[in-house]
Amino acid sequence: MAHATQETAVRTNVVVRALIYTGLLFFAGYYLVPLYVMLVNSVKPLDEIRQGDMMSLPALFTLDPWYSAWSTAQIGVQPTGLKPYFINSIVMVVPAVAISTLLGALNGYVLTKWRFRGDGIVFGLLLFACFIPFQIVLIPMARLLGLVGLAGSVSGLVLVHVVYGLGFTTLFFRNYYDAFPTELIRAAQIDGAGFFRIFWRILLPSSGPIIVVTVIWQFTNIWNDFLFGVSFSDVDSQPVTVALNNLVSSSTGVKEYNVHFAGAVLAALPTLIVYIVSGRYFVRGLMAGAVKG
Amino acid sequence: MKVSKLLSTSALVAGVALFSATAAAAESVEVLHWWTSGGEAAALNVLKEDLEKQGVNWQDMPVAGGGGEQAMTALRARVTAGNPPTAVQMLGFDITDWAKQGVVADLNDLAAKESWEKVVPPALQAFSKYEGKWVAAPVNVHSTNWVWANKKIFDELGLKQPTSWDELIAALDKIKGAGYTAVAHGGQPWQEATIFDAVVVATGGPEFYKKAFIDLDQSALNSDTMVQAFDRMAKLRTYVDDNFSGRDWNLASAMVIEGKAGVQFMGDWAKGEFLNAGKVPEKDFLCFRFPGTQGTVTFNSDQFVMFKVGEDRKAAQEKLASAIMNPSFQVAFNKIKGSVPARTDAEGSGLDACGQKGMKELAEASQNGTLFGSMAHGHAAPAAVKVATYDVITAHFNGEMDSKTAAEELANAVAGAQ
Amino acid sequence: MSVSQEIPVAAAKAAAGASAGTVEWLQRALPKVVLAPSFVIILIVVYGFILFTGVLSFTDSKILPSFNWVGWQNYVKLWGFRNWITALQNLAIFGSLYILLCSAIGLFLAILIDQKIRIEGLLRPIYLYPMALSFIVTGTAWKWFLDPGIGLANTMHQWGWESFAFNWIKDGKMAIYCIVIAAIWQSSGFVMAMFLAGLRGIDNEIVKAAQIDGASNFNLYRRIIIPILRPAFLSVFVVLAHLAIKSYDLVIALTGGGPGRATELPATFMYSYTFTRNEMGIGASSAVIMLMMIASVIVPYLYSELRRGKR
Repeated sequence: MAHATQETAVRTNVVVRALIYTGLLFFAGYYLVPLYVMLVNSVKPLDEIRQGDMMSLPALFTLDPWYSAWSTAQIGVQPTGLKPYFINSIVMVVPAVAISTLLGALNGYVLTKWRFRGDGIVFGLLLFACFIPFQIVLIPMARLLGLVGLAGSVSGLVLVHVVYGLGFTTLFFRNYYDAFPTELIRAAQIDGAGFFRIFWRILLPSSGPIIVVTVIWQFTNIWNDFLFGVSFSDVDSQPVTVALNNLVSSSTGVKEYNVHFAGAVLAALPTLIVYIVSGRYFVRGLMAGAVKG
Repeated sequence: MKVSKLLSTSALVAGVALFSATAAAAESVEVLHWWTSGGEAAALNVLKEDLEKQGVNWQDMPVAGGGGEQAMTALRARVTAGNPPTAVQMLGFDITDWAKQGVVADLNDLAAKESWEKVVPPALQAFSKYEGKWVAAPVNVHSTNWVWANKKIFDELGLKQPTSWDELIAALDKIKGAGYTAVAHGGQPWQEATIFDAVVVATGGPEFYKKAFIDLDQSALNSDTMVQAFDRMAKLRTYVDDNFSGRDWNLASAMVIEGKAGVQFMGDWAKGEFLNAGKVPEKDFLCFRFPGTQGTVTFNSDQFVMFKVGEDRKAAQEKLASAIMNPSFQVAFNKIKGSVPARTDAEGSGLDACGQKGMKELAEASQNGTLFGSMAHGHAAPAAVKVATYDVITAHFNGEMDSKTAAEELANAVAGAQ
Repeated sequence: MSVSQEIPVAAAKAAAGASAGTVEWLQRALPKVVLAPSFVIILIVVYGFILFTGVLSFTDSKILPSFNWVGWQNYVKLWGFRNWITALQNLAIFGSLYILLCSAIGLFLAILIDQKIRIEGLLRPIYLYPMALSFIVTGTAWKWFLDPGIGLANTMHQWGWESFAFNWIKDGKMAIYCIVIAAIWQSSGFVMAMFLAGLRGIDNEIVKAAQIDGASNFNLYRRIIIPILRPAFLSVFVVLAHLAIKSYDLVIALTGGGPGRATELPATFMYSYTFTRNEMGIGASSAVIMLMMIASVIVPYLYSELRRGKR
């Protein structure tokens, strides 16, 4: 009797497990569909795409679109492919992510461990920066960059990305440091450690998870940004999203969809890699800070 | 190895940046444009090479998207920052709008020297000049009231080129009856507006078009003729397939190319799509004016607007403007681009059958005063009015209102946007 | 950094007692000094620019800012536009469905994936990757997939399911739901990660105690775990709400606001008036309304955050 119930339990359990896996795999399919459409069409010749079936596997497999998107497709007057624009993006993204992360960490540190009157209001005001629609700041920002002489320069772009990333980075670090035992800080102070030494030696070494979250978040947002890139860049600083847009949304010319999709996947590779490699740390980092109550 | 490669690339980048910085001090032009697809960019490359022969360095600033919508956003940021490009590709009333802001250059000396006045059709000059000053160099004329037809289907059904609305409907009925999609159409506001331009000319004649769309006359906008034009749009709506909405125009062209659809109503840039698929004009496909609009040409014209730049960049700017107006460049460019030269005196024999037809009709229309700016492409009225008409035309085409309401709404929308 | 900072302290201590006060004051002010640049710059580029937009909304600015005062005229015009009303209605539909479904799917997936799933390492990046892509990239793919002529419906027909019909994106009344589908695709994986983090952060003791008390799995989640996730819900809500209000490239890539103007949202409306219709004044007035909507969502959240901080 007891044996039988146990068996039923095991069987129910198997059914439940099967349901769980089915649910998970169904959603995996949902998430993968656009990627499938992009990949499958990026290895077809253009004629095959014109015939109008976007979902079928290629009859004739070709890697030419990828080659073309990378190094020979027409971006502007010259057929350079996306290659040179990757460097522009990297030159912009790396400092912007580094600076905004560091500033966010410092801000979070001050707001949690060096509290002062009105710190809550300061934090609130900083946080609202996350929510401003970027379209409305375009014109005044252009004026400001012109005034300080940073118009059309990489430094200008970095500055813009840093200031509009500050809200999020500060939020992440503040929530994380909020849970950090204040007693440790007090003890270090009694030992004579100053403001920066405490930050450098005590807080930063244990900030791994939240740094991962912040870097992923900032990297993705800045890499994918189009609006600031198109408005504030110059001849030799256009980021890869602007180049991709030039590749895919030409107005009155022939559309090479296979090249467009190859280019789209290429431009997304850095962020894809970041997510795939650090997905585990990402959840761990979120756990450590961003969703803490 | 990777590191060293990266280092050398970044050194190269730095070097290039340095080089272009020094070159900028000497002679260079920065050109903001949205011609990024193969044919267009190749066409523009002709200009770049012409300039480089004169020792002027070309700094390319491409920003694609729509009819330059993104490029105009970028331009606004550049001008606001006090850092305008040397020249910017622009369409129609955008030129006038920017000229009003007092940020564009004065090309009168050059224009007088090269007597642009005589060779550019007056309808184009209306945009190239602002308050008597040349501010832009026109490079091409696209005409928008074309029909592109699949010749095989026409031959198979024994159809002749229709020349009137009734003949068009008869032909479309036959094509539809034979199981083809009669009209290949992409349901995007500007595409519907492009057809509407042609329908308005075909319905009310050139005078009516001018009164309604260029003079923005309220009594013409909300008139029985306009109601009839909307009725005709509704009629055309019955010949498109179910999946038209949101389709890119070149996918619609592909339907005609593939023999799935009979005709497409589209500007002459569609020709490039046919040529690119290896089709030959008059043999594989037909090009003719929208039935009922023969003798009238609605156009849009790409122009390069020259912005106010420092004295050190002025000489290069004039060289650029002069190179754009060079007749042999205009022919070479338009051969690739599919449009026709903005100079009526350019030698057209190098163009294909459709191109030559287009050039001839353009010159005639200009002489007869029936060359009009296209409303759909921002050459009849400013952007605000243009997009306001899109709203009504598209809403009506999608069955959100009847023709009578549409005419009223059109008049209201135009009044509201002025 | 620490060295350079302590030398002056030591030096100052050796010096006269009078200046020691100044140094101490500096020491105490240092945190504020560190925070100040961020604060000042945000004051300018966020609040200064909002003020600027507010001012523009009362002017007749067209292509570039101008300062001819026209009073409330832009607002009066704005509320007269059918497009604006459509945009607001769409935002209501889109926003509520998006937030609701994203949270539901995210929570559902997080709970499933938290059942000690073997292939978690494989699934997690699959769920997360859409957030990594911009819609310039994926918009075309979605557009094709949803297109009845070439995408899913066509494939189903070829597989023999002739009666299959899915033409929402072509239908003015249904197209907004296509936007919802694609938007959920983009962010629900991220929401899943936030909830998963929340679930992983729950103290095991609590769960065990409940299980000993004989709570069923369903009740365990309903009565104990989900209430504990409250802060995660709040973060999710704020992230999703601001994404919904700012949604722009999604609509542009998928439908361009069509069919007709059926999928216009406030963000696309604002961009279109400011930048393509050369009606900056009206664009600014719609931006002000948008900011007010954002503030009405965010300020209560901030208030609760701040109150929590004070406790």
